[in-house]
Amino acid sequence: MAARHKSIETKYLEDRENLLRKLGQLPRRSFLKVAAATAGAAMAKGLLPPHSFQMVEVAGAAPSKGTATTGLIGKPPFRFAYISDTHLYEKKLNERFIRAILKAVDDVNSLDPQPDFVFFGGDLAQLGKPGELKMGAEILKLIKAPVKMMVGEHDWFLDMGQLWQELFGPPSYSFDWKGVHCVVLMSVMEKDFWTARRMTPEERMHTVAGLDNGVQSRFEVGEAGRTWLKNDLSKVTHDTPLLVFSHSPLYKYYRDWNFWTDDADEVQAILRPYKTVTVVHGHTHQLLNNRIGNISFHGMLSTAWPWPYAPSGLPPLTIQMDRADPFDQFDGCGDGTFQVHEGGLIDGINNLWDRNPVTVKHSYLSSNGATDRPVPTKLPSY
Amino acid sequence: MIRIRWFTPLLVAPLVGGLALAATAPAPKSAPAPRLAKPPKPGALAEPAAAAQTGLPEILLKAVTPADLRASKEVIELGKKLFFDARVSADGTVSCASCHDPDKGFTDHNQTAVGIRNQVGQRNSPTVLNALFNETQFWDGRAATLELQAKLPILNPIEMGQKSEKDVVAALDRLPEYHESFMRLFGRPLNYDDLARALAAYELTQVALDSPFDHFLLGEEKAIDAAAKRGWTLFNGKGRCMSCHGVNLTQPLGTDNKFHNIGVAAHKQNFVSLAREALATVSRGTAEEIDRLALETRFSELGRFLVTKQQKDVGAFKTPGLRNVLVTHPYFHDGSSATLWDVMDHYNKGGVQNAFLDGGITRLGLSENEIDDLVMFMASLTSSRYKDLGQKELARQRQLSRTQRPDRDNTAALGKSPGFTGPLGDVPPNPTKIAKDPARIGGR
Repeated sequence: MAARHKSIETKYLEDRENLLRKLGQLPRRSFLKVAAATAGAAMAKGLLPPHSFQMVEVAGAAPSKGTATTGLIGKPPFRFAYISDTHLYEKKLNERFIRAILKAVDDVNSLDPQPDFVFFGGDLAQLGKPGELKMGAEILKLIKAPVKMMVGEHDWFLDMGQLWQELFGPPSYSFDWKGVHCVVLMSVMEKDFWTARRMTPEERMHTVAGLDNGVQSRFEVGEAGRTWLKNDLSKVTHDTPLLVFSHSPLYKYYRDWNFWTDDADEVQAILRPYKTVTVVHGHTHQLLNNRIGNISFHGMLSTAWPWPYAPSGLPPLTIQMDRADPFDQFDGCGDGTFQVHEGGLIDGINNLWDRNPVTVKHSYLSSNGATDRPVPTKLPSY
Repeated sequence: MIRIRWFTPLLVAPLVGGLALAATAPAPKSAPAPRLAKPPKPGALAEPAAAAQTGLPEILLKAVTPADLRASKEVIELGKKLFFDARVSADGTVSCASCHDPDKGFTDHNQTAVGIRNQVGQRNSPTVLNALFNETQFWDGRAATLELQAKLPILNPIEMGQKSEKDVVAALDRLPEYHESFMRLFGRPLNYDDLARALAAYELTQVALDSPFDHFLLGEEKAIDAAAKRGWTLFNGKGRCMSCHGVNLTQPLGTDNKFHNIGVAAHKQNFVSLAREALATVSRGTAEEIDRLALETRFSELGRFLVTKQQKDVGAFKTPGLRNVLVTHPYFHDGSSATLWDVMDHYNKGGVQNAFLDGGITRLGLSENEIDDLVMFMASLTSSRYKDLGQKELARQRQLSRTQRPDRDNTAALGKSPGFTGPLGDVPPNPTKIAKDPARIGGR
């Protein structure tokens, strides 16, 4: 009589028997193919974590049809990891966020093969204090791969970026990586709301950190920043893939929480002539994706805490995460990797610490959701 | 405390003004090599329990007892006979009761299970008591039901060692008592499914609630003493126990039925390389390697990961229910804690740090008195059936805890570890100041 349920172990044993039977009948060359295919299939089903124990290059590393025309044929694919929004306090005030960034450092250090670089997405510190920033800098030194830094508003508004720049250099810079032009763009400037109010640096920092208050202005790249960007891109041909990093999303998501860049439209206009543009941003602490014209957007996860989704303005391509478990400091948090394919097309892989990883493929965004829709993550139910 | 090789943040310690603690391994637990005991005989505690017990919502019992398993007394008797019959094993030395002895709270009180030819397994025998309520069986949840669970140890080479279902069926069918009973009760020749069904039918009768705490919840203020009441408050507050082991009137068992890495397996493992090795084994897919994955014992510590292959499940094991925990020692999936005091020491210091530690595990800052109170609370979850054994056990564990507390680490528990060494965690600004007793919120 058939069992009412088949246990995972029974299924596993059956699979194993089938596999072994088939393997016995195969010549060696085909055997290797089968082994590779099995691994690929397991990956496609989301069975294997495409992160710390990655055993094969991400499936689909070869460019799909129709993208072969998008520049840079023959440039090798690469991968970079990210850690973002760690919001460190000094240890005597909060150990949890330190524990979280250390977990992320462990994660990226255990990637095999190692990523080309690790991108830090901003908000290293909670209130821009020297103790916070210096401790963060020390922790980031533990990362084996090269680290690229971005500034967030929590790092900036105590001393207007003075210490951060001493530690990490200019807040906007660019570099070329295996055929992709990468731009790190300072996007969290604000118009002066503090002088007229005679705020102390601490008051200014607290106001900006508060996000949902009407006192501060909205984030912006600013005129100087846009000019810098135009200059930087003037040397870059339009078929070069662009990878732009910004702390705030370079579009208008939700104004009241400053999930927002006020001059996003102007910045997007500067990026519009380019064939392939990907923007990777921090700040929003949630699974978040968008596509505007030629630009794909990926939000990075925070290691410190997940934000809820805003009541309006959520881009429809976002694969929403359900509510995080309040007893579990890691739920809804994480780090991740980005796989850059030939032609500069980019898949984002969000490594949610207490849930299944979520891969957002470039084809999902560029097709406006028509193909490759990621499987949403949810808390496991038994 | 153990310093794990790949847990590098040690280097940062000087920055925050501290010295790295010397890494000291927990004292090795000296125990004589376990030997297989004679299979126990059924005593009074082996009897099927009353279906109606204080603290058991009837609807819960119905929900977990499917109609086809509401077996007749005769099937239950048959299951009980099988449960105690060592002839189910390959060499006639091990019965189900060998590891699940009713007189020992349906466990064996060994650190890990012992099977035929004195072979020692990797995991601690879980109790059968209230196992009918588990959403999954085994420490890693690899079986969905009691029947499916019952089938596996019989065929496991280091447990009961039978080669195949056919062998088991043939061996038992040869015995007239079984040949006849199965034919009569199931209307067909003995087969492996019906064998599992009969065993499950017996296990379904092992409800064990009716504890002092159940009486307390139902309004008998004096059913538990002041220490247990303080423990109940800590359980719901500072101890954070209820975030996984929630106990209340409608969910009385004390488990979330989920899987967590609480930093027990971390005592021994480099999870990253072990998990990578396990996955590489799958990826190459040769027969030998797949066999290794399933059988080679050190992969056992990966826990739920072996079942789901998800990174988040590395080193994660099922939250066991808390009922009768006093009489089902030793504790944790590897039986590595001898007493409930050791269990509390483990949680108090925030487990053993590892990259896959559950986000809910954090140092607790419990004092000695608070630990005593929590143990007294756990003791109050002992069923009336196990009252005598429970009292003996409490005295024994208390005595033992006075001479050895291998997992006690007050420096870590109170957050006084310098630098980033040792378990990190966070407690509320002042965990001893609880504005309102959370155990009473929404209560009487």
